[in-house]
Amino acid sequence: MGGKGAFYWVSVSCGVVVLAFILLPLYEMLTAPSPAMLAEAMRDKNVVGSIWLSIYSSVAAACIAFVVGTPLAYVLARSSFRGQQLVESIIDLPIVIPHPVVGIAILSVAGKNHWFGQLMSDVGVRIMGSTTGIITVMVFVGLPFYINAARTGFQSVSPRLEKVARSLGASMWSTFVRITFPLAWRSMLAGFIMCCARAISEFGAIVVVAYHPMTAPVLIYERFEGYGLQYSQPVAVWLVVVCLTLFLVLRTIALPARKKNP
Amino acid sequence: MIEINDLAVCLGEFRLRGITLSIEEGAFFALMGPTGSGKTVLLEAIAGLVPIQGGSIHLKQRDITRLPPEKRGIGIMYQDYALFPHLTVAGNITFGLRYGARDGHKAEKHFSTMVDALGIDHVLQRYPETLSGGELQRAALARALIVEPRVVLLDEPLSALDPNFREDIRAMLGEIHHSLGVTFVIVTHDFAEALSLASRAAVMHDGTIRQVGTIQDIFRKPTSSFVADFVGMKNIFAATFEQNAARLDQFALQVMGRPVNGGGHIAIRPEDITLSLSAGTALDGNCVPGVVTGIVDQGIFYEVRVSAGDQLFCTVVTKSAAFDLSLAVGMSVHLSFPPQAVHVF
Repeated sequence: MGGKGAFYWVSVSCGVVVLAFILLPLYEMLTAPSPAMLAEAMRDKNVVGSIWLSIYSSVAAACIAFVVGTPLAYVLARSSFRGQQLVESIIDLPIVIPHPVVGIAILSVAGKNHWFGQLMSDVGVRIMGSTTGIITVMVFVGLPFYINAARTGFQSVSPRLEKVARSLGASMWSTFVRITFPLAWRSMLAGFIMCCARAISEFGAIVVVAYHPMTAPVLIYERFEGYGLQYSQPVAVWLVVVCLTLFLVLRTIALPARKKNP
Repeated sequence: MIEINDLAVCLGEFRLRGITLSIEEGAFFALMGPTGSGKTVLLEAIAGLVPIQGGSIHLKQRDITRLPPEKRGIGIMYQDYALFPHLTVAGNITFGLRYGARDGHKAEKHFSTMVDALGIDHVLQRYPETLSGGELQRAALARALIVEPRVVLLDEPLSALDPNFREDIRAMLGEIHHSLGVTFVIVTHDFAEALSLASRAAVMHDGTIRQVGTIQDIFRKPTSSFVADFVGMKNIFAATFEQNAARLDQFALQVMGRPVNGGGHIAIRPEDITLSLSAGTALDGNCVPGVVTGIVDQGIFYEVRVSAGDQLFCTVVTKSAAFDLSLAVGMSVHLSFPPQAVHVF
């Protein structure tokens, strides 16, 4: 055997297989449609509308996760209480439940046969077949990603820093704003991005709760079912391109700051 | 004046029990004890940073047991200094100034005096991660002092520093305490540190206070074998007492009295024992024959272990004395010490 042993070559070949497995289908899909087809898809109102719906509802979902998830993530990071593991497992549930099941579960609460659905419909909120329903599903599937990332971020801030801030006269709230948040915001942003990404890619649950208005994944599926692979590809390419651009922009906002401290 | 009464804290597996302590206004008080004895938890309890299960804490006759930390006026400085990494040194120091009613002009003056006194004006615009240990410590101290706390709690302030620095910083702490007249409570497990800074101290072990008193009393008159061992007495033996003598298994030693509360131990500091080759002629004093069983190099002196009867004594000898005596393992020697050096408890 030469300088590099069998273990090295096994690792390298497995790495190549994994990368090829991920990149090859994506590459094929991205390069399949001609520029003319892409341009045509972009002029299609339905395509633009569905991509726009996907983007803004997933951002709305991530914003909701941020508002309701941040306090919970902080509590989970800072305190230890009985049943904490149970709470953490409950938060992870949406990751493991099959997607159509999520949709059915949400419908069973939001339907007219349930008191909650009745209440919602009385105040004029419609879940079934509405943007509200799409956002509800997206919050459901995206929350664990935000909460887990934010919790890890809070855990990485030493409690001593908060204790010192309190001893210097800062209230709990002031300590969070001036110490904890500035030190954990990058993890929170990463969680926000993950939550968005998970929300925008959701299909199974959304198709159950709201076939219309169509989000991009539903539209892609419909075109695939109705007209075949060739007609679904341009929409898929646009969705991927728009998502990647957005996430790259968000990441570049977050990354240069990491090198700011001398 | 801090008065702690029967304080109990429970943090997971760890407990503080029955802590009763009073620390005088303006005192420099040392909390000592081995690692894990609860010193830092007690500091945090005084500062209001850990939940308290029972007992009370009064500061200047005011009950502060349930008061949130930001309302107590008690500053804390941790061993790792806990400077805010996202703020510059100046940002760290001025962090607390916006809370509480403060005269802006006076605060500014206070800031520059403090920065000058601590010699950190050249690092004000730098971030903590670029600072040396000594600079970090001064910055943390300035941050704690600038809000003019009534009590300053220092958690092993010198242990993370280079030994060469320690003496300077120790002297600086003493000066600051002297000039501000604020109550200082310092956690340490270094006896030299406590001796040079504090006037009173408490020794903690396993979540309880084992002894409180003046530093000299704790050092000279420990009330338990744990404290005796902790303060470096080393020669601790069980003994029975008869008139002015303490009887060990195979010999009796002259002592100055009996234990006050019926204890049965004697302790002798290693540095109080003189080691010689012949028995000597002193009539007043103890002289025990023994055999050298070990010589340990402690840097500037040797620690010599001598077995006498069933007991193993420990004494210290300067390097030049060891050379003069041509000390070696197996040699017969005599240990002599006056009755005053034998502490009974």
